[in-house]
Amino acid sequence: MKTVRIGSGAGYSGDRIEPAVELAEHGGISYLCFECLAERTIALAQQARLADPDAGYDPLLSARMQAVLPVSVPRGIRIITNMGAANPRAAAAETARIARRLGFGGLKIAAITGDDVLDIIAAAPWKLMERPDETTLALGDRIISANAYLGVEAIVQALAADADIVITGRVADPALFMAPLVHEFGWDMEDWDSLGRATVVGHLLECAGQITGGYFADPGYKDVADLARLGFPLAEVRADGSATITKVAGSGGAVSLRSCTEQLLYEVHDPARYYQPDVIADFSAVRLAGDGPDRVAISGGRGAARTGMLKVSIGYRDSFVGEGQISYAGAGALARARLGIEIVRERLLLTGVRTSELRCDVIGVDALHRGPGTGAMEPAEARIRVTGRTDSLAEAVRIGNEVETLYTNGPAGGGGASKSAREVIGVVSTLIPEAKVTPRVSYQVT
Amino acid sequence: MMRLRELAHARTGDKGDISSIAVIAYDPGDFAFLAEHVTSAAVAAHFGATVRGPVERYELPGLGALNFVLHGALGGGVTRSLALDAHGKSLSSCLLEMELPDPQAPPAAP
Repeated sequence: MKTVRIGSGAGYSGDRIEPAVELAEHGGISYLCFECLAERTIALAQQARLADPDAGYDPLLSARMQAVLPVSVPRGIRIITNMGAANPRAAAAETARIARRLGFGGLKIAAITGDDVLDIIAAAPWKLMERPDETTLALGDRIISANAYLGVEAIVQALAADADIVITGRVADPALFMAPLVHEFGWDMEDWDSLGRATVVGHLLECAGQITGGYFADPGYKDVADLARLGFPLAEVRADGSATITKVAGSGGAVSLRSCTEQLLYEVHDPARYYQPDVIADFSAVRLAGDGPDRVAISGGRGAARTGMLKVSIGYRDSFVGEGQISYAGAGALARARLGIEIVRERLLLTGVRTSELRCDVIGVDALHRGPGTGAMEPAEARIRVTGRTDSLAEAVRIGNEVETLYTNGPAGGGGASKSAREVIGVVSTLIPEAKVTPRVSYQVT
Repeated sequence: MMRLRELAHARTGDKGDISSIAVIAYDPGDFAFLAEHVTSAAVAAHFGATVRGPVERYELPGLGALNFVLHGALGGGVTRSLALDAHGKSLSSCLLEMELPDPQAPPAAP
């Protein structure tokens, strides 16, 4: 029976580069997919593109292509990635430049666009998913980007046209992995169960090392060997959509029932209704079974008809955030930390720094979790962190400054102060009818 | 008493202001015990004021897993939260600190 082998080359924009090279060299794969586009990244990329029409794609695109093309092109491995971010055409042009420099002529590179729906969002009020009582009107002229999560359609079209490399902007993360399966197996786009099973495969692969032992190790409970050489996953997918998840033999990490179960449910709400542009996937009857060392067989995914609506991520200028930190050690460290926090609170009032939200933590005590028991034990050292939301960058800067002045004006022995201030680009979501969105494919040949 | 960590492992995911935490039994035979004690109400109480909205639970007996969806758990959303851990990645480890009755202990005398 025909099997398609797909590798996952990155789980986020800044991910390690060499595991993808290892997959291409030793994974026996036909497709190598890179998921590099987080929710907010595209809004930041859109700003970069406004400043420079040739910018706005993933900052690591060039480094990844330079590392991967020399091992993938000679083997005929096709690359699919959303590293195009806000500018897939410029990303394709840069990839073509790299391919030519490496001496790879005749490569066909596809750029998928059409996910930018800023004009559509600007033209009418759209209800916000996170704030049911509000529409996009509430964001006024602060909206800087709006990108729809596209499905597999345009990627499949590019693969059918023999593209060697497909570069997208915003698409649903699993779609990067589903598209080659739809292309290879020729599934009907209303074959909901096959599309549901393909979603399971894509979902399991899209975070790369998170299924091979990353974001997992817990010494003494869940031990994982050789995380510094973590191998990224590949899936062997069969025509019925069932699959086996594995990794390159000898690479670090482990593929286990436990790691696969954690990743199957990662970022899932109702497991029976995982909404995608192409299908509503149903993970509720998925079964995992050991299939040898570092091999887990996946079956039982299902699907239901898609909703016909596409999720849109809207980036907007939200606010400014300032932050300062400083540390105390030894006996009484926690008491001095708490005194430092009280001083900064009072200073912000005295000097008229207006914050709409202020958060004061002691790192190592209650910064990550405030529940029963936190703060009950005396720590050997304590680092305070004061962070607040303001309407201007100037006010945000003053928060970190006030923490820093604890050096000479605050409790005894404060050391290692740091400060920062930044603008916050917020992200909200809405749903728009898929008929309003037209994915487009453009090609260039090296 | 024992900690949830002795019976289960967990992973947190984030979407907007919603945190999802999968709690997975090391031994599938413990699923019923976990389903009985690790309820939505118990999880909501464990996180206290950190979680401002409702907590939902989905049961996956075939995987030995419970999937919790915590609304209003991420300080207004990952992109604007003031929290050090804006994604709430560490919430899974905090949940594993939950105290459970010892499953080996005999029932309390009447």
